[in-house]
Amino acid sequence: MTAEILLQSVISGILMGFVYALIAAGLSLIFGLMEIVNFAHGEFLMLAMFGAFWGWALWSVDPLLSLPLTTLALFVLGVLTYKGIIRWILGGPMLAQIFATFGLAILLRSGAQFLFGVDFHVVRDPWIHGRISLGGLFIGLPQLTASVAALAAFAGLYWFLTHTETGLALQATAQDRQAASLMGINTERMFALGWGIGSACVGVAGSLLAIFFYVFPDVGATFALLAYVTVALGGFGNVPATLLAGVIVGVVEVLGGILINPALKYAIVFLLYLLVVLIRPQGLFGKF
Amino acid sequence: MARWLTGALALLVLLSLPAFVTRPHHRHVLIMILLYAMLAAAWNILAGYCGQISLGHAIFFGLGAYTSTTLVKQAAISPWIGMVAGAVVAVVVSQAIGFPVFRLRGHYFAIATIALGEIVQTLFINWDWIGGARGVFIPIRRPDSLLHLQFHESKQNYYYVALAMFALALLVTRVLERSRAGYYFRAIREDQEAAASLGINVARSKQLAMAISAGLTALGGTFYAQYILFIDPESVLSLSLSILICLVAVLGGVGTLWGPLLGATVLVPLSEGTRVLLGGGGKALDLLIYGGLIVLISVAQPGGLMALWRKGWRRAA
Repeated sequence: MTAEILLQSVISGILMGFVYALIAAGLSLIFGLMEIVNFAHGEFLMLAMFGAFWGWALWSVDPLLSLPLTTLALFVLGVLTYKGIIRWILGGPMLAQIFATFGLAILLRSGAQFLFGVDFHVVRDPWIHGRISLGGLFIGLPQLTASVAALAAFAGLYWFLTHTETGLALQATAQDRQAASLMGINTERMFALGWGIGSACVGVAGSLLAIFFYVFPDVGATFALLAYVTVALGGFGNVPATLLAGVIVGVVEVLGGILINPALKYAIVFLLYLLVVLIRPQGLFGKF
Repeated sequence: MARWLTGALALLVLLSLPAFVTRPHHRHVLIMILLYAMLAAAWNILAGYCGQISLGHAIFFGLGAYTSTTLVKQAAISPWIGMVAGAVVAVVVSQAIGFPVFRLRGHYFAIATIALGEIVQTLFINWDWIGGARGVFIPIRRPDSLLHLQFHESKQNYYYVALAMFALALLVTRVLERSRAGYYFRAIREDQEAAASLGINVARSKQLAMAISAGLTALGGTFYAQYILFIDPESVLSLSLSILICLVAVLGGVGTLWGPLLGATVLVPLSEGTRVLLGGGGKALDLLIYGGLIVLISVAQPGGLMALWRKGWRRAA
């Protein structure tokens, strides 16, 4: 085990961490708004990846080119999910809240399996391919692109939340639903918008992942689990903190993989999550 | 009185079913209904009555299956003893898990149980001594013997074992419903702070619910191993199994006595039926319908089919 391998792994962990962070940010945003965990988040990601894949397979459109369209489609899907399902269970028992999105997850995953089969697909010859080497370290260009783009999207989300009137209204709704509606904020619209933006996050992430990751109906499960861990690490509802939490998850994943046992890398991430929520139930950074 | 009569009548019907249902596949469906009803009833004690939504119950199912199977393979010990041993292991593990995890609530608790389930499954996949990812075949015993819990001549005996286990789960639930502990569970479900302020030891009650639920689930795991005669981490420890157990209970009606049986009676034939119709082929049509049903029921009637039933009953009366 040389320092080079270690450094190499940490870098790839950080790169992946930015993508995790973007996925988790969408989940965190929704949770912060209405204290509902979207258990179908991973399946939304899977749909985005399939969207990117089919765009390439049918019309040879590169995932990066179709990214805006995929993101828009996911935004619409999020709003529809809110209007069609979530709105009706907001005041319902927690069990209904958990299982409504769980049911949706199963529906979407098995729907994808029904339509597309269980095969693994891959986008061959994406625009960006190959790798660069930096003093003995190799970085895959698709990974680098995905990472930088995810970071940019994250920054955009942060700017939107903190510097635009709509973003501030979203934050106000998250802090106090009633006070916000007394201030003239249409909380119903904010909820729908939150679901739209939260889903758009995985629209971006899914398109980016599609350029270097396999696409298959179950792909969302692993990413979703990692996203829950990331969100819980950062603190549920704390969007900015998911960036650091995502990087932590990415680094722990690769380090656990090479230092302990590659087969156990997810178990190690989950163990870290359990430790953190038990010691600090509010997450590392608490609420935003 | 009328309720007892209905209950007795239902059990009588269940007892005599193998006399009418003679084809092996139909009997298989009945056995799976009872098994899932039993698992959902066990889950229901923790989630439905005590309000702690566990999405990691496959851990206990898997522990039951693996404990008895390992004892059979390594020491030729009867699966009945293995069943008890599996339940003991599951209860011990459940207490170890519960001690830290019960400090979390709501969504946090649910996610923590998912994480735990994933950890346990990963460990079993990588644990070669008990079969690893390849799984384990349970050695076939001939002739049929109750001692070894293997019946190859007819599925009838499996049916009665499954029925006995379901009856046990039902009985435990019934006794709990009327007991002090059962009232504590429901008080915690409704309002944990209020329950604590009335002097209920919340932590201890949750641990008790967890222990009962885990022990019963492990019994189901041993039965599954002896019935299917093959187990691997994917079939007995996966997240999808944990979710399936919940779905049965949620569809039937969480926190009700007969909800699990009702849910299993709808879901299991649905799954077996679509599998027969489509010949498997990885099309997952059954899951597609499950998912749709669960969304529908969560949105329209969170009380599950039992609530619909009661509503209809009241309207008729």
